[in-house]
Amino acid sequence: MLSISNLHVSVGDKPILKGLTLDVPAGEVHAIMGPNGAGKSTLGYALSGRPGYEATEGAVAWNGDDLLTLDPAERAAKGVFLSFQYPLEIPGVPAMTFIRTALNAQKRARGEEEVSAPAFLKLVKAASAALKMDFDMLKRPLNVGFSGGEKKRMEILQMALLEPSLLILDETDSGLDIDALRIVADGVNAMRSPERSMLVITHYQRLLDYIKPDRVHVLVGGRIVASGGPELAHELEADGYDQYMVQAA
Amino acid sequence: MNAPVRIDLKDVETIPSRRTEAWKYSDLRRWLRDEPPLSPALPEGEPSDGPFKALTRNEVLIANGRLNWWSEGDMEPGIEVSHHAGPDAPRMADEMPMGALAAAKALEGVYIISFKAGAPRTLALRLLSDAVKTGHHARIGVVVEAGAHATLLESHEGWGEAYLSNTLLEITVEEGATLERVVLVDEPHDAISVASVEVRLSKQAAYHQTIAASGAKLQRLETRIAHAGEGATVRMDGLYALSGDRHTDLTSVVDHLGPDGLTSQLTKGVVRDTARGVFQGKIIVERGADGTDARMGHHALILGERGEIDAKPELIIYADDVQCAHGNTVGNLDESALFYMQQRGIPAEEARALLTQAFLIEVVDRIAHEGAREVARTWLGERL
Repeated sequence: MLSISNLHVSVGDKPILKGLTLDVPAGEVHAIMGPNGAGKSTLGYALSGRPGYEATEGAVAWNGDDLLTLDPAERAAKGVFLSFQYPLEIPGVPAMTFIRTALNAQKRARGEEEVSAPAFLKLVKAASAALKMDFDMLKRPLNVGFSGGEKKRMEILQMALLEPSLLILDETDSGLDIDALRIVADGVNAMRSPERSMLVITHYQRLLDYIKPDRVHVLVGGRIVASGGPELAHELEADGYDQYMVQAA
Repeated sequence: MNAPVRIDLKDVETIPSRRTEAWKYSDLRRWLRDEPPLSPALPEGEPSDGPFKALTRNEVLIANGRLNWWSEGDMEPGIEVSHHAGPDAPRMADEMPMGALAAAKALEGVYIISFKAGAPRTLALRLLSDAVKTGHHARIGVVVEAGAHATLLESHEGWGEAYLSNTLLEITVEEGATLERVVLVDEPHDAISVASVEVRLSKQAAYHQTIAASGAKLQRLETRIAHAGEGATVRMDGLYALSGDRHTDLTSVVDHLGPDGLTSQLTKGVVRDTARGVFQGKIIVERGADGTDARMGHHALILGERGEIDAKPELIIYADDVQCAHGNTVGNLDESALFYMQQRGIPAEEARALLTQAFLIEVVDRIAHEGAREVARTWLGERL
């Protein structure tokens, strides 16, 4: 269970999140929708611990742990996974080396046994086949020269191998055509389980046709201003965010 | 242009300083004020294994400026070591004043290692310093005879403290011969060390060099190549990983004297703390050296707010039909990439080391000798 209460986050001196409160029970998928500048990406970064996104007030508990006291790698070991809107290119580090290093670092942090190279190879072959990825891509430096769709697929592959318990998808649909979107959504849907919580951050309703949320929250001006069922996403698609903007101002 | 100066360690005014253009970033005079006493002779016999021990049984060990041990009798055929007590003056005394000093002060004249035509041969050349506040000079010649193929695995291994080590290495690669030289330099943080390397390359010959250095109080590794062109090729690479208050200076001059020569140069480095990396690379294409293809790259990372990189890449071209390029970048690790890696669970220190290694490994990957490449890879991994 993710429990965010009265979270205030500033970037530099500028307050972005201004008292955000939200609970995501285990097994549920919640969507965060909002206009540009509402603080959607900031929420993802604050939850995952990006330097420069400092919580000035409030609390974030994940399965009883106070996330705000942990560094980004420690949060990852606790199961937090942020799928980036624009995944970074890591020159010189083959994708496979990167994922194995990450997996074993997480396992070490949790006091679990590391995965051997042959065992990892087996895992990664199965996971990439399931995502219809060219295995040779995994020998190339991570994301370097990959298309937008390939980068997103690589995010899903990492998700599948790292098996996080809290998934935060930041604008995962941006830059994807409809076929790529379907593959990515299938990958995410395959991750749904009673132990896993998901936060789907998106500007448009389109992604939610593929990843069906249990709850939808409207984020405007750094706060959740409305919450509802999946139908709320369709209302927003039809009516826009204007009514909430007035309310927030 | 300044008149060439002969260095006299008893006269501080003759020692290159930051006012000497070629030594601007490596102020030798600041640290070397007096002539240090002569380093003692070390007990004979191979004291310990060098970094390339597993790769060859052919070895020459120079310790504190004296021949200490060599694999005489066990050397593979095709390699000869000879000694000359009264050698000629060095070929580039004016351009490399510390090299000239090494020739003048070398305790045992010059040792010449010759590779004969035939099967490719590998030799470990170890330059050991084990000294405290003393100094030593050595002069070594390497001749790769026409049609011979050699790999020289060179290690500068420093023990003790605050010594002066000064070496002149003169290399001749004859027509159609090839030499790959891989150099690992590890010295105490308070040592002063200068290695002047002069390479003469005949047509159709190949000279490939990779230097990996971890710095010292002042460390200068200088290479000057007379490039005959006419199918001759040079690959000249460098790698430095510096921390604390260490300094290293990779200075090079490649002089293209004939047409259709190739030079490819790649140097990469990383400095931490208050360390200082110096890269001075000069490629000259002389009149008539048409068809020259010369590329130079220097790329460095400064990790930490007080590190320093001084880079001076130069191309001087007197010929018309040439292809030359140089690139130079100095930057920091990408903070977004670091966060991305941490977000996937890789702790900050490990993420930094991984990114730094990935940045530098390109230089190691260019080493052709597989065993040496692995030794260099390990060497690098241990210094990140």
